[in-house]
Amino acid sequence: MKRILAFAPLVIAVIFGGFFLWGLNPNRDPSEIPSVLIEQPAPEFELAAVEGLQTPGLSRADLTGHDRPIVLNVFASWCVPCRAEHTVLTNLVERDGIRLFGINYKDKPKDAVRWLANLGNPYERIGSDLNGRIGIEWGISGVPESFIIGTDGTVLFRYVGPVVGDEAIAKFREALTQAGALEERNS
Amino acid sequence: MTPEFGHFALALALALALVQSVLPILGAARGNLMWMRSARALSVAQLLFVGLAFAALMRAFTVSDFTVLNVAENSHSLKPMLYKVAATWGSHEGSLLLWVLILTAFGAAVSFFGSNIPEPLKARTLSVQAWISVGFLSFMLLTSNPFERLFPPPIDGNDLNPLLQDVGLAMHPPLLYLGYVGFSIVFSFAVAALLEGRIDTAWARWVRPWTLAAWMSLTAGIALGSWWAYYELGWGGWWFWDPVENVSFMPWLLGTALLHSAIVTEKRDAFKSWTILLAILTFSLSLLGTFVVRSGLLTSVHAFAVDPERGLYILMLLALSIGGSLALFAWRAPMMEAGGLFKPVSREAGLLVNNLILAAATGTVLFGTLYPLFLEAVTGDKISVGPPFFNASFIPMMLPLVFVMGLGPYLSWKRADLAGVFQRLRFVAILSVLGVLAIWYMTMGGPVLAYLSILLAIWLFLATLREWALRIRLFDVSFKEALRRARNLPRATHGMTMAHAGLAVAIFGFVGSSAWKSEQVVFVGPGSNIFIAGFDVTFEGVQRLSGPNYFADRGTLVVRRDGEIVTMLYPERRTFPVAQSSTTESAIRSTLAGDLYASIAAPASEDAEESGAWTLRILYEPLVNFIWIGSFMLVLGGGLSLSDRRLRVGAPRRRTIDATTSVPAE
Repeated sequence: MKRILAFAPLVIAVIFGGFFLWGLNPNRDPSEIPSVLIEQPAPEFELAAVEGLQTPGLSRADLTGHDRPIVLNVFASWCVPCRAEHTVLTNLVERDGIRLFGINYKDKPKDAVRWLANLGNPYERIGSDLNGRIGIEWGISGVPESFIIGTDGTVLFRYVGPVVGDEAIAKFREALTQAGALEERNS
Repeated sequence: MTPEFGHFALALALALALVQSVLPILGAARGNLMWMRSARALSVAQLLFVGLAFAALMRAFTVSDFTVLNVAENSHSLKPMLYKVAATWGSHEGSLLLWVLILTAFGAAVSFFGSNIPEPLKARTLSVQAWISVGFLSFMLLTSNPFERLFPPPIDGNDLNPLLQDVGLAMHPPLLYLGYVGFSIVFSFAVAALLEGRIDTAWARWVRPWTLAAWMSLTAGIALGSWWAYYELGWGGWWFWDPVENVSFMPWLLGTALLHSAIVTEKRDAFKSWTILLAILTFSLSLLGTFVVRSGLLTSVHAFAVDPERGLYILMLLALSIGGSLALFAWRAPMMEAGGLFKPVSREAGLLVNNLILAAATGTVLFGTLYPLFLEAVTGDKISVGPPFFNASFIPMMLPLVFVMGLGPYLSWKRADLAGVFQRLRFVAILSVLGVLAIWYMTMGGPVLAYLSILLAIWLFLATLREWALRIRLFDVSFKEALRRARNLPRATHGMTMAHAGLAVAIFGFVGSSAWKSEQVVFVGPGSNIFIAGFDVTFEGVQRLSGPNYFADRGTLVVRRDGEIVTMLYPERRTFPVAQSSTTESAIRSTLAGDLYASIAAPASEDAEESGAWTLRILYEPLVNFIWIGSFMLVLGGGLSLSDRRLRVGAPRRRTIDATTSVPAE
């Protein structure tokens, strides 16, 4: 018994070592979060408008049938990076004519209304996802997240985290251009 | 020229390490005293050459020699001198050199100060230490040469990551490494003892000062890193359960267990194979930390340039050192005879509980840290394990430990009288409950876990002080007599009291700053007002300033309480054009009661500068300074214990000389 016990640390260490060896695979990027939705049709959903807000609610049908791909942004008033991202999104709408739709994620309607009143409201439609149920459908890992949706309702691109800073903005713009939502170099 | 000289010195050090890894241990096996003694000169010479290499690299940084790739990548001619020096260990290669420097320094220190250690054990220990040296020196020379030249040299360097340009961080890696690598010598002692097949109380006594020294450095290193994260990163927190934080915390937890189990081995000749195992595992976890940080295995905010080839080499080193030592353990440990027996209620049992809890806690942190990797390997799912897991699993595990910590020092060896102990702790228990009720009355609301933690922290603090007071019979005898008793008490006892009380103090800080923290994130323009934790903060605006290698946007905040100005806060956001990154310099008003902490984030867009709209984050962290005070007490306690007469080299002899000279010649 004592002998077997003395071997236990070695056995555990070897098991750990095996996992480490696997983890060293150079093609593996632990910080990358893949989305199963890419190239897939967007999930069905229907969300009511945020209470007390003029902007109408959002359903899957609202995302399709536009002349160009659109951006769906998941945001919340309690989310600090969303604040930083907000100006970037506003610029995309105002300067580049991007059509922006929002899912207000696990937010108190009152807070969301005040937040949008303070910062301005670039969203065409906003669905209120009070309990985060639709967030699960979209497989979001946090807020903010942005999706580019094709005219037929296919998810073309997913950006996790705030589109803030030159590098992130460049990456997002490139994805928009590729999707055809943004005309080449018109900024 | 000097870079080549440094490179050559490293190669020489490797050659010396190769000899040291064979000759002394062969001498020990054959009883050849000359061969055994060669370890001394070899280890000192090895330190000398690694030291020369380190000096050569540091020189390249101080004179901004951009023909050296490492300097060009991590330094800049306009950087303040302190950070040029600190940049020596700011990169992967440089920090590895520091790692090896400390490794060889510990080897040399053992051969220098270890005159009381028997020659064969010392020779074996130093050979084992040299095996580690060989591994890391060859790793450096083969995959991460810090002296790599660059042609053509750039006009100026890429600058050190600005986040790292901070005094706290300049000091953090050296201290952390002293801790990490300090455990290497304990590991070497353990492997040497396994090779000899003999572990006794004397072995535990020789190992103890090295364990203590490593533990102190690691404590200081972790505390400093946490402090740095707190005031420099501007995240308004001091611990994030980030993988890299965790890998430094695990050796600390296990090292703490080792510190305590070694006491049992020393005093009672028990827990022998357990102490050896802890010594091996503590250093293994330090190595694991080095591996995780440098291989890109897990995602973390701390990242060195990631290179899978390097990762593979370190993994090989890990397999050899950890696998080899654990295999040796599996072979030899069952042969060790069990030591002193003890009853279920005794000092030994108390320390056993301490060890079990600390080991379980280490296992929990290890599991939580590596779980994303395991899961991805088995199912392909990618997840991250964050603070909720650790808070829910780790904290409840530590609470019983804090309870037993209060009791432990009252327990006598072999068999203790629990009823008698509780009798003596009656008032402490009552006072703790009263104390927590008072705090509940003052705060009115908060998580139950917070109150429970506070209760146990008060319990630990008072029980520790009471035990100390009992020892010196404070209040029983005259104050003068008590003072005399305190002086005669071994320093290790004072050390224990200090460290245990320090942990209690730190717990106040942990709980206060997490459970009763208030936070506000607001969008502000000049004249905006924020109310937080009884303060009224007015945002006056932002100014553009310039520094040596950055420019800064400095916000001005006026803090008032009850209409009177308390202080002004100037949070800054610094942009480093060369390194193309920016840092947050938070402004903190620090008092014992708590910190008022303000930081400004980048303006939401380029337009914000015109409109004057900034994101202001303002936090009130109650009692947060208790964490640093408590950590300082932990280190101080370790230092007191380390200075104990019992552990000092040649101390008894000096004592007798003192005694004779101090006798007046009548």
